[in-house]
Amino acid sequence: MLTPQEIDELMEIIRSLTSQGKTVIIITHKLKEIKQVADYCTIIRRGKKIDTVKVEDVSEEQLASMMVGRNVSFKVDKTDREPGEVVLEIDNLYVKDNRGLDAVKGLSLKLRKGEVLGLAGVDGNGQKELLEALTGLRKVESGKIIMNGQDITNLSPREIIDSGINNIPEDRQKRGLVLDFTVAENMILENYHKKPFSSGGRLNHKAINDFATELVEKFDVRPRNIKQFAGALSGGNQQKVILAREITNNPEVLIAAQPTRGLDVGAIEYVHKYLIEQRDKGKAVLLISFELDEVMDVSDRIAVIYDGKIVDILDAKTADEKTIGLLMAGGGVDGE
Amino acid sequence: MVNKRNKIVVTFISILFGLIVGALALAIAGFNPIEAYKIMFEGIFGSPKYISWTIVRSTPLILTGISVAFAFKTGLFNIGAEGQYIIGSLVATLVGYFVKLPVGIHAIVAMLAGCLAAAIWGGIAGLLKAKFGINEVITTIMLNWTALYFSNYVVFWEPFKRPNRDASQQILDTASIEILRNWKTSDAGREFLRNHEFLKNFLNPPVNFGFIIAILVAILIWYILKNTTLGYQLKAVGFNKDAAEYGGINVKRNMVISMMIAGAIAGLAGATQVLGVSRETAILSAAEGYGFDGMAVALIANSNPIACIAAGLLFGGLKYAGSKLQPLIGAPLEVINITIGVIVFFIAMPKLIDILLSVINGKKRGAKVEDTK
Repeated sequence: MLTPQEIDELMEIIRSLTSQGKTVIIITHKLKEIKQVADYCTIIRRGKKIDTVKVEDVSEEQLASMMVGRNVSFKVDKTDREPGEVVLEIDNLYVKDNRGLDAVKGLSLKLRKGEVLGLAGVDGNGQKELLEALTGLRKVESGKIIMNGQDITNLSPREIIDSGINNIPEDRQKRGLVLDFTVAENMILENYHKKPFSSGGRLNHKAINDFATELVEKFDVRPRNIKQFAGALSGGNQQKVILAREITNNPEVLIAAQPTRGLDVGAIEYVHKYLIEQRDKGKAVLLISFELDEVMDVSDRIAVIYDGKIVDILDAKTADEKTIGLLMAGGGVDGE
Repeated sequence: MVNKRNKIVVTFISILFGLIVGALALAIAGFNPIEAYKIMFEGIFGSPKYISWTIVRSTPLILTGISVAFAFKTGLFNIGAEGQYIIGSLVATLVGYFVKLPVGIHAIVAMLAGCLAAAIWGGIAGLLKAKFGINEVITTIMLNWTALYFSNYVVFWEPFKRPNRDASQQILDTASIEILRNWKTSDAGREFLRNHEFLKNFLNPPVNFGFIIAILVAILIWYILKNTTLGYQLKAVGFNKDAAEYGGINVKRNMVISMMIAGAIAGLAGATQVLGVSRETAILSAAEGYGFDGMAVALIANSNPIACIAAGLLFGGLKYAGSKLQPLIGAPLEVINITIGVIVFFIAMPKLIDILLSVINGKKRGAKVEDTK
């Protein structure tokens, strides 16, 4: 992943190549990049060519609607909201990575009710380890995680879920879904042991199917077949299944890690809508993303993570891309 | 993804191919394959006695097959059914000989003891995997040998060994699960059977409750996998342990549970064999192969516990009937092993069958192959 500054540099390089008479084909789903460097643009959707256009003749909105096949709104609709009290507090957290090196190095952060806190940063600055520590999948070396005043440091994943933290995982196929389970079975991954889905160790298939049918309808999972294996769904629909499951749990804290990775513009809009909805219900959302645009659009506050620490927290309304980009690259820390 | 019906078709075609290749092998070796297959067919269905022998021989294979199938459904490869079988038979023999209990209760206690011991034996492999990440394939293979020599060691133990025999003492009659064993040898029983040819024939082999137990176990395991939270979490761990862990399921504990259940089923195979057929544990120079054959049964059954009944009967029937080829036409038992091997070979390669099918049907290959996943 590149920082915004690095993206600009890349665009510069491409432009200098074309000015030397070279031909460059750039394949991207980022409209901004197309607008920046491309002369012509061919839009493909589901393996078919939709159209080839002159980039200066079309707007980003038009490009997006050609990509998705319907009108897309870029602006994330959200009203101002006064955040409530602190619900999740991370205090001086240390977590090691797979190689046994410190990845999270004394990170502190407070998440309040009714806000989306975006965590901006370049991949590999401790986000993965932080997420896994918060969800009980990785051991916390030192420091504390406090949820609603209760210490949940190093509890099991199930205990953490029960304390009110749910998570849209970074890797939906590895963590989020059992691909060989049906959609219905995936819908109860965290709750299969609870009523009404089971009692006395016996699964209640009717309750499970009714629940799944309702969610598939409500979250527009296609096809509407709860017996379908999760592995047979498209990426966007897989993400909808996860979203449906996590949001229906109605958690106090929702940690969304890369929730729109690999999704098309239409599905992204959809995911963002649900994140904002959670916030408007007075729940807290921690959004971990490598897409700076996403962090800036959806968040109320933006915390920038660099080298395992929070280097700054900014108000999303006033923050600008350049400042955040510099912070992400460690610029704010050692004055580079 | 192959759908259910397709899988059944593939299985039957694999069996057919196996029989054809077996016939070729017979022909090459200079035997008339049609005659050989006729002997085998009659060797299974020719007499009620043969039918009951087939059932008796198949019972342990059905159970070890379910053991392997269950482990496989929960993401583990249980190569240790052989060792678990040995431990199950050893402990069942020990309890069957040393413990004094009333009829029936004795058999149940001996069986449960065999199951429990084999569950612990299987659980060792599960624990090693959960705690230290040691692959269960390696540990179960090694535990097979450990079980074999451990069993031999115990059988050599003075109070347990039968004098002048390479085997243990025989189990007490109270521990037997043979059907009507005492009645069969009583005067009234003999008298009755003399006048009832079919029953006499059918009850001639050591017909026992093992087969019924195997069917009940198949149904139980099917039920657990389909309708219980235990089955749900075991399958979740088997299919994707990262997602299971994320969902709050205790992955390590489920690995151990899974291996324990698999061990218990394989142990039950050994226990029913001792209590219903052999009545003793013999000193073995090599494994008898029930556990290994169980892997083939599980494969033919596509890891479906209910299908293990049919697959076990097929496998047991082929082996039993194959053993008759040698005395009658001199054809070696190996031909039967080739046939079984080919069946397993084809089943393990559903894609190959798919390609063969589409060639036969003259369909486009690409579409079919992609369908297989």
